[in-house]
Amino acid sequence: MSNENKEWPLWEVFIRSKAGLDHKHAGSLHAADAQMAIENARDVYTRRMEGISIWVVESKHIHASNPEEAAAFFDPAQDKIYRHPTFYNLPDELKHM
Amino acid sequence: MTQVSFEASFQKKIDEEIMIEPQDYMPDEYRKTLIRQISQHAHSEIVGMLPEANWITRAPSLRRKAVLLAKVQDEGGHGLYLYSAAETLGITRDQMLHQLHTGAAKYSSIFNYPTITWADMGAIGWLVDGAAIMNQVPLCRTSYGPYARAMVRVCKEESFHQRQGYEIMLSLAKGTPVQKQMAQDALNRWWAPALMMFGPLDAVSPNTAKSMEWRIKRFTNDELRQRFIDVTVEQIRILGLELPDANIKWNEERGHYDSSELNWDEFWNVVKGNGPCNKERLATRVKAWEDGAWVREAASAYAEKRKTKKAA
Repeated sequence: MSNENKEWPLWEVFIRSKAGLDHKHAGSLHAADAQMAIENARDVYTRRMEGISIWVVESKHIHASNPEEAAAFFDPAQDKIYRHPTFYNLPDELKHM
Repeated sequence: MTQVSFEASFQKKIDEEIMIEPQDYMPDEYRKTLIRQISQHAHSEIVGMLPEANWITRAPSLRRKAVLLAKVQDEGGHGLYLYSAAETLGITRDQMLHQLHTGAAKYSSIFNYPTITWADMGAIGWLVDGAAIMNQVPLCRTSYGPYARAMVRVCKEESFHQRQGYEIMLSLAKGTPVQKQMAQDALNRWWAPALMMFGPLDAVSPNTAKSMEWRIKRFTNDELRQRFIDVTVEQIRILGLELPDANIKWNEERGHYDSSELNWDEFWNVVKGNGPCNKERLATRVKAWEDGAWVREAASAYAEKRKTKKAA
C-alpha cells in the first residue's frame, strides 16, 4: 500500500500574478512530469485567478546558499553604506535629484 | 558550536520573532512536533472533504452545488499546501499517507461525525470552518516559515467557507418551521464537537507549554475555545435559533460567556477511533488511494515514455 519508491517527483511552483511582475515562489507539489505539474499548479495555486503565468522546476534542480554560512556569505555588503543614495550629503536647496 | 549553543541560538531567534526556515538548525523535538501537527492538519483537510462530499449530488440548487463543490475542492488544496510544508521537514508524502491509512496518524475528530441532513452543510461551514479559522489565524504567525505561509493562503480562502455555511443556516432559519427545526437540530449536534476542535483542556494538554515556548502556538486551547464561544453566541442570536446549551450565560466579571463542561469522555473515545464514522472515513480514504494506484502508475509510465522519446 505504501508505494514508497514510486512517489512522483516534487516540483517548485512560481507564479506571475499579473503582467509586468516577477514570477514568485508559490509553493510546491508532486507531479509525474512538467506538463502535469503545470496543470496541477493551476488547480492548487490559482483557483482564484492568482496568476497569468506559471513556471515549474523540479525541486532537485534548485541550489541554495547555506543558511549556516549566511553571516559570512553576505558580509561583503555589510559595510558599504555608500551604495545607498542617503549616504551623500547634498544641500537642501537641491530639490530634484 | 556545541549542541547547547545551537539550542540557545535557536530559542533566541524564536524569542526575537525570526522565522525558522527548512535548512536552519532546529531541535529534533521542534521538528517532530511540527511534523506531527502539520501532517495531522493536512490529513484533517483531506478527510474533511468526505462529510461534505456526501451532499454534493443532493445540494438543493445549482448555486449551492457549485459553492459546495468549490469549498470541497479548496479543502483538497489546503491539504496539499500543508503536505508540502510538512515535506520540508524531511518526511515524504508517501510516509504521511501511510501513517494516515494505517491509523498511526490522527486527524481532527470532528470529521468522524455523520452529515445526516442538508442543514449539516450549513452548520459545518459556519461552526467547523469557523472554529478552524479561529485556530488558523494565529498560525499565520507560527514560527516555522513554510507552515506560516501555507496558513496565510488557507486563511484567505476559508472566509468564504464560513460565510456560505452561515448563509445556508440563515435561509433555513428564516424558512418553514420544518426547515428552522432542521437548522436548530444541526446546531445542537455540531456545537459540542466544534468546541472540542480546540483540543483538550489546557490543564491536560501535554504539548501546549512547549508549543507556546516555541511560538508554534500563540494562544492556548482554552483561550481560543472561549473566543469562539463569545463570537458564536451573537451569531446564533442573529439566526434567531435557540442556544444549544442551557448553561450559556454572560459572565460580567469574566467578560465572557460561561457554558457547560464538555463531555471529554466522548472526545477521547472518538480520538481513539470509536466515533460514529471513524472506520468509514478511513476505509473511504484507503479505497480512494488503492483505486487510484493504476492512475499513478499510468502517469509515471507515460512520463517515462515521453522522456525516452525526447532523448532518442
